[in-house]
Amino acid sequence: MEIDRLTAAGPTAVSIALKVNGVERRLEVPPSVTLLDLLRERLDLTGSKKGCDQGQCGACTVLVNGRRVNACLQLAVMNDGAEITTIEGVGQPGALHPLQEAFIAHDAFQCGYCTPGQICSAIGMMNEGHAKTEAEIRELMSGNLCRCGAYGNIVDAIEDVMGRSAFKEAAE
Amino acid sequence: MMNFSYTRAETVAEAIAAVAGDPAARFIAGGTNLVDLMKYDVMKPERLVDITRLPLREIEATDAGGLRIGALVPNSDLAYDARVQRDYPLLASAILAGASAQLRNAATTGGNLLQRTRCYYFYDVATPCNKREPGSGCAAKTGVNRVNAILGTSEACIATHPSDMCVALAALEATVHVEGPNGPRVLPFAEFHRLPGDAPQHDNTLAHGEMVVAVELPAPRFGRNHTYLKLRDRLSYAFALVSVAAALEMDGEGIAEARIALGGVAHKPWRVPDGEAVLKGKPATPDSFGAAADVILAGAKGYGGNDFKIELARRAIVRALAQAAAGEPQVQSDKTVN
Ligand SMILES: Cc1cc2nc3c(=O)[nH]c(=O)nc-3n(C[C@H](O)[C@H](O)[C@H](O)COP(=O)(O)OP(=O)(O)OC[C@H]3O[C@@H](n4cnc5c(N)ncnc54)[C@H](O)[C@@H]3O)c2cc1C
Ligand code: SF4
Ligand code: FES
Ligand code: FES
Repeated sequence: MEIDRLTAAGPTAVSIALKVNGVERRLEVPPSVTLLDLLRERLDLTGSKKGCDQGQCGACTVLVNGRRVNACLQLAVMNDGAEITTIEGVGQPGALHPLQEAFIAHDAFQCGYCTPGQICSAIGMMNEGHAKTEAEIRELMSGNLCRCGAYGNIVDAIEDVMGRSAFKEAAE
Repeated sequence: MMNFSYTRAETVAEAIAAVAGDPAARFIAGGTNLVDLMKYDVMKPERLVDITRLPLREIEATDAGGLRIGALVPNSDLAYDARVQRDYPLLASAILAGASAQLRNAATTGGNLLQRTRCYYFYDVATPCNKREPGSGCAAKTGVNRVNAILGTSEACIATHPSDMCVALAALEATVHVEGPNGPRVLPFAEFHRLPGDAPQHDNTLAHGEMVVAVELPAPRFGRNHTYLKLRDRLSYAFALVSVAAALEMDGEGIAEARIALGGVAHKPWRVPDGEAVLKGKPATPDSFGAAADVILAGAKGYGGNDFKIELARRAIVRALAQAAAGEPQVQSDKTVN
């Protein structure tokens, strides 16, 4: 009954501006739409995955103003004015991000479902700058589950990139 | 998720007025708890008031030598703040023991205090739950209650408060600054959350429309002898089955003052001043620690699936006090428990 009443009342869409992977977008969004659904269903950016839709797996990890968050728990309207980076904005075929190359080189995935979230999360972790040891990488990447259990190689790939001075300089 | 209307507040007063004047309205901050609960129809606000643009993001020194933490300071920023790392390492450690890096980036200080229980039946709208639906019953008491409380429970509800950060704030005797339709007030941390009693729908003592604007830490103490020990079903990214925040003021080999707060065992961070007093003037030995644990856990009651928590809590208290006394706090990245 409650739902009928609200639908009848017509929850109004809100006008928001987002910069997604460098492209400015103006969108009309109902308040209940999550950032993840907006990216996947409206903007056709299906790289970010919906694993659980509850903040429990990390497959939906994107960067909002450079910080990693779970897009499934973000209301799109609350991100008005934000810069969003998804895996599609991280690298392109032929111009891969060092982490994407390292994931391939280290065989850091099997099915690949968790991979976009893993890579966005690893970029966020490197921006944060708190992981120095393997144990710290494992702990600070624990918000990204991998059902295929590729953890060992994922950690190797991240350590490889973090250890490369070229990346360190580029990040500065 | 049910549809709702959305308002972005520009001032604290405007946000309070918007929620206070509408019983079906709620504040939203990081959204990591509320959006989740709305997806399950556990919470069905008809209007959300977005408070994330309010100027509550600062961590400021107080005249008393402590820190005032704005309600919108993200959990990660608080944990990594240089002053918190240096002067309140127990708080930093407890925050970093919780959730994941992504969640901590989004979650706010105020939202963390107001996060709701993770009792399985609270989330399952097909089952009776007095917290979600007052008067409907409590499915957890005779159901799967591995995660539920052993202390301070009531006939109506055996839920726990799931926060790690709040356990450290209880031990540090923080205060909570609140503003509301009837003006501002300041609550001791122990009076912020409540026991379920016969009204488990109320997690805390805030009135509808009251907003947490800041959490204040007193001048730093216990910088050396402290630990946050969290025990859970996997090594990271899981809620506490039992956690202990312990802080000691040592006097040579003896204990001058002790603070002990438990998470995962009650509807609020569990502190028993009489149990802490047991340690005053005592040597830092397993016997003293055990004696304190006995007082803290007096009256603990299991409901079947969570019986193990009573002995686990006892051992966790003893272990945490040993870590604190030795000045060897639990490391949150290397999970070896010393
Ligand atoms: C998968 C998962 C695992 C997690 N693991 C842990 C864990 O191990 N340990 C842990 O401690 N936490 C854990 N969390 C919980 C997390 O810490 C909380 O969701 C978070 O702290 C809530 O903050 P928020 O800003 O996102 O709150 P929101 O979701 O925005 O709000 C939560 C509630 O607080 C109210 N509210 C928000 N701000 C205010 C304010 N200033 N004044 C008054 N009311 C306010 C809202 O109305 C709402 O009812 C986990 C969460 C998830 C999803
Ligand atoms: S313990 Fe509390 S939250 Fe859980 S089912 Fe019972 S009433 Fe609901
Ligand atoms: S889909 Fe967002 S955390 Fe799983
Ligand atoms: S590669 Fe399959 S889930 Fe990680």
